[in-house]
Amino acid sequence: MGEFKVHRVRFFDYMPTAIRAMAFNSRTERLALARADGALEIFNFADNYFQEKVIPGQDGRAVEALCWVGQRLFSAGLNGEITEYDLENLRPRYTVEAYGGPIWTISINSQGTLLAVGCEDGTVKMFEILEERIQFQRNLDRQKGRIISLSWHPSGTLIAAGMMDMIRIFDAETGRATHRLLVERGVGASKSREVVVWSIVFLSDHTIVSGDSAGKVQIWDGVTGTLVRTHLVTKWDVLALSVSKDESSLVAGTSEGTVVQFQFISSTVDQQDKEWVRTRTFKNHSHDVRALAHTETAVVSGGMDTQLVVRPLLDKVEKNTQESALRKMSLPHRSLVCCAKKAGLLLFQFPDHLELWRLGESDGHGKPGDSLPVKRKPEKLIQLKRKGEDHICCSALSPCGGWLAYSTVTSFRLYRLQNNNISVTKVSKLPKDLRSAHQLCFSPDSSKLFASSSHSSVIVVGLNQPECKYLHTLKPKSGSRQPVHLLFASEDGKWLATANADCEIHVYNLDKLKLHCTVPVYSSCPTAIAINPTTSNLVAVHADQQIFEFSLVQKEYTEWSRKLQKQGLHSLWLERDTPITRVAFNPKNPAHIILHDMFMFCIIDQSLPLPEAKTPFYNQMTLRSLPEPQRLVHSHAFKICKNFQHLMCVSLLEDHSLVVVERPLLNITSQLPAPVRQKKFAT
Amino acid sequence: MVEHGDIRVVHRGGSKINFREPVITHDSRYLLCASGECVKVFSTSTEECIHDLRGHTGLVTGVLLKPSNHLQVYSCSADGTVRLWDYTDGILIKTYVIGYPVYSICASANHEGVIFIVTPMLSDKRSDLFQLVAVDLPQSGDQLVEARELSAVLSDVSSNPAAIVFGRGGEYIASANGLHLEVYFFKKQKPYRFSFKEDNKKGGKNTFMCVACHPKDDCIATGHEDGKIRLWRNFNHKKEYTYSTLHWHHSAVSSLCFTPEGTNLLSGGMESVLVQWRYNQESERDFLPRLGSAITHITVSPDGALFCTSHSDNKITIIQSCVKVSAVIQGLVKGESVRTDMMVDPRSKSLVLNGKPGHLQFYSLQRDKLLYNLDIVQQEYIHESGLEQFEVVKAAFDASGSWLATVEERKQKDAELELNLKLWAFDEQTQSFVLNTTISAPHEARIIAMCFCHATDSQTTMLVSTSKDGHFKAWQLAAPAHTEADEGPSWSCDFVGSYHGLVPECCCFSADGSLLAVSFQEVVTVWSPASWELLTTLSQPPKAVRDLCFGRLSCSKYLLGTTANSLLCCWNLLTCSLEWSTSMDISLLLADPLTENMAAFCCQAGSTDLFVFKPSEPRPVFSQKAVCSGKVTRAVFAPREEMLESCEESSQWLNHSQLYFLTPYMDLMTFTTKAEEDRLMASSKQLVIDDRVAMTPFYLLLGKHRQQEDPDSVSGLSAERRPLPQCSVAIKELLQTPAHVLPSTSFLCSMFVQSLLISVTDGREETKHAEEEMESEKEEEDSEGEMESSTQRQEQAPLGGQAAPTLTKAQHRELKRVKKLDHSWFAHLLHS
Repeated sequence: MGEFKVHRVRFFDYMPTAIRAMAFNSRTERLALARADGALEIFNFADNYFQEKVIPGQDGRAVEALCWVGQRLFSAGLNGEITEYDLENLRPRYTVEAYGGPIWTISINSQGTLLAVGCEDGTVKMFEILEERIQFQRNLDRQKGRIISLSWHPSGTLIAAGMMDMIRIFDAETGRATHRLLVERGVGASKSREVVVWSIVFLSDHTIVSGDSAGKVQIWDGVTGTLVRTHLVTKWDVLALSVSKDESSLVAGTSEGTVVQFQFISSTVDQQDKEWVRTRTFKNHSHDVRALAHTETAVVSGGMDTQLVVRPLLDKVEKNTQESALRKMSLPHRSLVCCAKKAGLLLFQFPDHLELWRLGESDGHGKPGDSLPVKRKPEKLIQLKRKGEDHICCSALSPCGGWLAYSTVTSFRLYRLQNNNISVTKVSKLPKDLRSAHQLCFSPDSSKLFASSSHSSVIVVGLNQPECKYLHTLKPKSGSRQPVHLLFASEDGKWLATANADCEIHVYNLDKLKLHCTVPVYSSCPTAIAINPTTSNLVAVHADQQIFEFSLVQKEYTEWSRKLQKQGLHSLWLERDTPITRVAFNPKNPAHIILHDMFMFCIIDQSLPLPEAKTPFYNQMTLRSLPEPQRLVHSHAFKICKNFQHLMCVSLLEDHSLVVVERPLLNITSQLPAPVRQKKFAT
Repeated sequence: MVEHGDIRVVHRGGSKINFREPVITHDSRYLLCASGECVKVFSTSTEECIHDLRGHTGLVTGVLLKPSNHLQVYSCSADGTVRLWDYTDGILIKTYVIGYPVYSICASANHEGVIFIVTPMLSDKRSDLFQLVAVDLPQSGDQLVEARELSAVLSDVSSNPAAIVFGRGGEYIASANGLHLEVYFFKKQKPYRFSFKEDNKKGGKNTFMCVACHPKDDCIATGHEDGKIRLWRNFNHKKEYTYSTLHWHHSAVSSLCFTPEGTNLLSGGMESVLVQWRYNQESERDFLPRLGSAITHITVSPDGALFCTSHSDNKITIIQSCVKVSAVIQGLVKGESVRTDMMVDPRSKSLVLNGKPGHLQFYSLQRDKLLYNLDIVQQEYIHESGLEQFEVVKAAFDASGSWLATVEERKQKDAELELNLKLWAFDEQTQSFVLNTTISAPHEARIIAMCFCHATDSQTTMLVSTSKDGHFKAWQLAAPAHTEADEGPSWSCDFVGSYHGLVPECCCFSADGSLLAVSFQEVVTVWSPASWELLTTLSQPPKAVRDLCFGRLSCSKYLLGTTANSLLCCWNLLTCSLEWSTSMDISLLLADPLTENMAAFCCQAGSTDLFVFKPSEPRPVFSQKAVCSGKVTRAVFAPREEMLESCEESSQWLNHSQLYFLTPYMDLMTFTTKAEEDRLMASSKQLVIDDRVAMTPFYLLLGKHRQQEDPDSVSGLSAERRPLPQCSVAIKELLQTPAHVLPSTSFLCSMFVQSLLISVTDGREETKHAEEEMESEKEEEDSEGEMESSTQRQEQAPLGGQAAPTLTKAQHRELKRVKKLDHSWFAHLLHS
């Protein structure tokens, strides 16, 4: 099928950071997720859990709590500020100082009018949500001790606050505390330690559920202020609680990495009196579960072990479907690796620095499957630290290896690499339109730089020796305000394709510097696009795993694409749970499309028949055992290779060798801090 | 050969008491458990077996208290009947004939007159598919009732009774089988089915092992093979069902039980730990560890005061609800295999075989009770899979029972065999065996056979052991050579014999101890133990000799042997020639020590036949085909305590001793005659030993009175069984009708009282004996439950009157008072 020399790269020490907070917007089905470094990620649950947007973090911004207000996203952190985000430009819109010390929690009332903020100094501050900003309204009665957690009663008249050793219920109108619920401390040695009410939920029937640092989930009657039931869930802390929309199910995340479900069930069949009963326990994490979201059909959890886990509730979804499968999202859905095809260089993007590596070399020859001796070891050429406190949001390396560019939300930098790529010179004079970019891309001849900017526009910059020059701004006709997350310049330098979060794919003619065409909009977001250098067909892969091929010359879907749509993709292909993150072509054989996701890479041979629904999909091994003539009968278009796992990037170099960048998850977990001690059986 | 209809193979003594879960009665005083073909009634306080409920002709497969009458109990059996008993008196009230083997039984108070039984699928009997069937019990006064109204409730259920249980108030029934849980709601007539996959990714085995239902809430607890307990709720929804998981056990949960109030859940399994979970507060739990062996069943008394666990070593432990063991009922311990032969201890006449690991057990078959365990290995037993430990593999008694020889061995992988021969002397003072000599490594290889010299009159005792190392050794008791004052005689090797380097197989002493026969493959050598001279060799090529046996008494001139090519040979030792031989594949040959009879178990076509014969006679005394399925390898003749006087030719061999054998499924079976069975049945009808009154001095005094009263009393126990010719037909009918169909006692009272009036009028001196009156009153209060029957019994004898005239209320009261009167004073007077 195609044999490659493979550079198996395992020296990209990418380390995702811990998940701190989560907020689920059930109306738009978007999950906002905050990481320990301040980065925010937006996942579209309606679109196959695709990581739609990433807002890079900032030094000193530790997000403690997240909150959706309609389409607007607010966060608060220990720096004492409330931040609203601009989801179109992927940056903070503004920040408001709360003047109450570090903020532990924020909560919006169900009407979406008041934002309550719990501060270190013991105040609950109310902010009014205005059209463009938020305005401080009032303080509730100040308490001794910090406010750790907050929850509004759905009516909006009461608010419960979890504190040290107690829970307070406030009347939101008068600001008076109406109840004081004392939370018991842990037993034994922890008796002298204050108990922290990490999380609290106020239900519409005036039941309050609290989770605390003594490992208890307690159910309180909010009207009388009495304890109804205590569930000792763990020896350690209960860190997060989340309740389903219909208030029939509640989940609690613990330091042990377990998520415990409680259900509101009548104890005897056909009777109305219901009570909260502990039911299932999910253990999908090795470390603290810091953030939880209870969606309609699933429990979403994340924590110290950096993975986002979507655990469908089997009583809510159809069994044995794609929906009922457990999903773990550990690697980002966008590429952090840039490969200079001609120079054999790799650029790795970290939040606070960039690394430039030269690939190793080998002159050995061997049978397929052999590992070759390395003549020259791969070496790290440059480690480039970013300037400023904003984290890097995108970076690019020119194919010739002569240019390097990165951008943060506030600044853009371009570097010239010289002297065999080991000296770096900053290009100082940059066009002033180029303030920041969401995505960067160099043209294949390294003469142009494309930087996506606001409103889906792309700035074209010409790169000449001493300086660089602003050439043009390419704008789509649709007037979409969403950011561009994919850029691809064709090999012949004629086309530039862009994809944005509105699922639009625009193709620009670079000779004429104007929009060539727009690919018909498909409902799912594109995850990878590429233009075939020989046929000028655009191949787009979407989050729902669909593949389209669009002829740029005819401005219509190609025959192959239509056939594929008509026949449908194989169910095993559709069941994969990670998106395709890169599309490449084999210059030797234009009919070959190379794709990869986290767990496999695949070569699609367009000349071969498509697999039928009943044919075995992963048939490489059976094919190998067959004699030559029969192979052709049984082979189909999809050739899948699972030899490499946890792929960050698969790229084809000029010399037809394949670069495979792996980041084994085991390496990530081994770098995590030690989890809380748990008694293991038979130890 | 004629089949002997009156000799039957039965379970008698030493049967499993852990086969099915026991039942504790409402007053927590009795424990009922299925044991072989009868139901045993134990006292929960004294651990004694009070009586047996006999009547079933097959294995009893379930015991269940009748939900509507807590003094009656159902038992079901593989013989296709369900019987209703009065367990306090051991009276069979009714027999319902189902017609299919019944594997378990359950019932609920909500379903009056209906019991639910598990039978094989009616369509084809041989398959291992079972169904749950509801049986309408016909209301009729007859003793024997055919219950043919069966209606299937659930198909494809497990035959394990722990897997089917009624839910809250009998509204639904939960059944687990394999990987499925099925809940059937009677009101809606709708089953809900929940399934698991074979095992999940983490390697947990999800197979259901047992089910329990919460008595108040709709919560089903299921135990699984991987040690998890799941609590199911909302199971009246196809999809919205939910469960929580409790995990403490590391291997399969074999039993689950809720306490009657539903506050606690008890679970047990392999770990021999009883775990008590708080319902709805599952993180709190109590443990009762070190229960000895794996828990197989757990039951709770209806008042919640007692828990009871059955164990895999045939033991029932009674536990107070404060999690404290209060009593242990131990049956015959049977592991997966019996390594030692079954033997009979000549002193105690008890059956001796392997018991607990490293122990020999002494089990009295007559009393059906474990006498004691003798620790042979004297090492701590560590329970761990794959760990090899010392095991008792051979044991032998000498004829008088004063010496016991045991062999223990341990074979670890890649290590040499460790062997110990131990000799134990019976100590008269402590009435148990005391270790006399330990011979470590008596042979270089495994010991194959061992026997004592049988002669009772000989001065020296001799033990012969044969081993795989090609030698046989004779061991003799000898005084220590160098005289150390306090050391008694000990055992030492006397002779080492071998024959052409062949491996000796079995050895046998003649009845008088003058000859020793040792077989070396196909050659039988006969030695004189006095001079250790090889007297003669007998051989029957081509195959090796398997078993050797000398004849007894009049047949002592014969030596019998079986060979591997299924030949039974009989040599005459006087002529040193083969007397006769016959071709049969004998798996076990043994001689009755009290008669000339020999028993041979023949394995043929998957089942075992028994032949009992005398070596001198060509015709077998008795033969029975298909005694049991599989091969019998262990059997023993146990001498009877009292001889049976059977004149029938075919059953004469059972007069002196009884033949017990172990089936491949480790069931201890024996042969019984019709006459013997009848006698047993009669004796079981005897009065129950009354254990209500504690053994106080006061009780002893009272007991003395009663004993004295007995011989001349008109209301004695023996009199009860005597026919009462003078009884009117009406009274007789009244007495023989089961108690539960009789009208209320107050109604009947007048009739009895009328008869009392005649017999007691002469003895009205109650004032002097107020004390005794009070005492008997008290006793009567104690026995509320038994009141009806006991009063009947007391007044049975003096019955003789005609129909009673109607009495006024005052008269009535007077008579009641008179009834309570104790007459022992009268007897006392007569004696003194």
